Amino acid sequence: MYQYDQYDQAMVDARVDEFRGQVLRRLSGELTEDQFKPLRLKNGLYLQLHAYMLRVAIPYGTLNGRQMRLLGDIADKYDRGYGHFTTRQNIQYNWIKLDDTPDILAELATVEMHAIQTSGNCIRNISSDHMAGAAADELVDPRPYAELLRQWSTFHPEFDYLPRKFKIAVIASDTDRAAMRLHDIGIQIVKNDAGEIGAKFHVGGGMGRTPMIGPMIREFVPALQMVSYAEACLRVYNRYGRRDNKYKARIKILVHEIGADEYRRQVEEEFAHILTLGLEPPQAEFDRIAAFFADPGLESGVLDKVDRSDPDFALWLDQNTAPHKQPGYAVVVISLKPTGGIPGDATADQIRLMAELSTAYSLDELRVTHTQNIVLPHVKKADLYTVWQKLDAAGLGSANLDLISDIIACPGLDYCSLANARSIPLAQKISQRFADMDRQRDLGELKLKISGCINACGHHHAGHIGILGVDKRGIENFQLSFGGSEAADTSLADITGPGFSEDGVVDALEKATNVYLAQRAEGERFLDTYRRIGMAPFKEAIYG
Amino acid sequence: MKILTGNDLASGDVVWWDGKGWSRDVNDAVDVGDAADAILAAEEAALRVNVSYAIAATRDQHGVRPAHIKDRIRALGPTVRLDLTLKPGDTGAANRVI
Repeated sequence: MYQYDQYDQAMVDARVDEFRGQVLRRLSGELTEDQFKPLRLKNGLYLQLHAYMLRVAIPYGTLNGRQMRLLGDIADKYDRGYGHFTTRQNIQYNWIKLDDTPDILAELATVEMHAIQTSGNCIRNISSDHMAGAAADELVDPRPYAELLRQWSTFHPEFDYLPRKFKIAVIASDTDRAAMRLHDIGIQIVKNDAGEIGAKFHVGGGMGRTPMIGPMIREFVPALQMVSYAEACLRVYNRYGRRDNKYKARIKILVHEIGADEYRRQVEEEFAHILTLGLEPPQAEFDRIAAFFADPGLESGVLDKVDRSDPDFALWLDQNTAPHKQPGYAVVVISLKPTGGIPGDATADQIRLMAELSTAYSLDELRVTHTQNIVLPHVKKADLYTVWQKLDAAGLGSANLDLISDIIACPGLDYCSLANARSIPLAQKISQRFADMDRQRDLGELKLKISGCINACGHHHAGHIGILGVDKRGIENFQLSFGGSEAADTSLADITGPGFSEDGVVDALEKATNVYLAQRAEGERFLDTYRRIGMAPFKEAIYG
Repeated sequence: MKILTGNDLASGDVVWWDGKGWSRDVNDAVDVGDAADAILAAEEAALRVNVSYAIAATRDQHGVRPAHIKDRIRALGPTVRLDLTLKPGDTGAANRVI
């Protein structure tokens, strides 16, 4: 994986020193909260319901063992013994003290980590496929392209005060595991008819209060012109984005209002101008970056069989591992969704255990998924049983990947100052109601996503089943929706009708899954059945 | 009653105005009547509280109850981690918040 050069390290170290001074000035009263707030947010420090919250960036979700170990140590030393992995592949700590923050950032800098680009109206931490570099179905590893964009976007002076925050995802396979078309810019690395590598651009996607699927703006941009094309996309947005209205300030509104064709025309005009300036990165620089990702040390001739004699292990194997591009290896997805647990939370001990397992069994690599799970990307099939035993002993052995209990849930009103309703207790109730694993497997792939407010951090618009918590005259209320997808068949979910109480929505969910079980055709997922038969039978069961 | 709340500047802890200073326990909160703005201005200026504001509340047999669920959760702590709240041994605390 990428390693800092002297410039990267110097920038991050300088940023820590700068923030240390800003904190001291705030604590002395030299800075007011109004003056300090944008400075702390630039360093990932929010003030939430109970305390300060620090969001640490994990570029394209990739970590090494040393970094993961430190994340566990920080949870113990500065927080309350746990961390929360987010839907943008980052980690959040919920109980941070302001005067500890510079020390935390200094410790993070020792392992090439920081909290830059985790807040504010800038280009946020760039996300990617959590199976990058390992997936059997990828064209190339998308991370060198994501890293190129990271270097371009970090502290980019032109894009540090955009109309609103800006999220970019990069993938390199037709199987979208990063919700690519629901980002401000979604990039798919592709090959053209001439066999050249380049980028397909989707622009203007997003969730939030106005969900939109990003239209395709350009079919193919040569790889080394990708940064310039992104710059053109941003420049048009920066010029015309709605700064007068926060709720209409995201790029999706601009693209929607002027139309994809007009937006494309303006981007192409800007792109043509940028190309005359010769600002593209040299091939040698891209090659330098790509070399860090080239080969993590995969061996050939490795045993390609797994002993399935332990039935519990076999269930986990089938559910929580994916094919690796190298024979004899598998991609392991560690579920952070035990029955009744808090989606995305992991204790300091669990975080350190996952770090140890990555070092011992996964070529020192881990990934954070946007679905709030953790990936060990390069595990030899011969080691899978040992890895599973160690995970299971630590409460990390849930065999529920992509099943109804593998729920995305934002922190909700238990932690978040923006939330209107509690997401986590609802996720816990649902996972308890559907705790029977045979029943879960019978229901099959069913992606359930819960947001505690319209900002949609829980991706409810993209859930096969989505739930949105709202405030109904001071009482929590939950809107149910069906038919969303964040995969290659991206779609936005349809609201069923009037909302429910917390218990009511769990009951409604059960009725909806019963409709699916009664009406599904051979091989159909919940989503497929919904798309075929429509809302009416579900509505009748829920409200009839 | 009208009570005052905010966060401690250095720790971020949720605090409540008790008439003389800032308490971590909502049950210490006092009715400030019409004095909210003056108290908040003085306390913010003295760096004794951060992001402070006035809210409506009532007092019942369990103590002071903020009018809005968000402030009731602030007063208790996360309902999903009672071990981290001010009442770790009170299993009914979360239900009373709702």
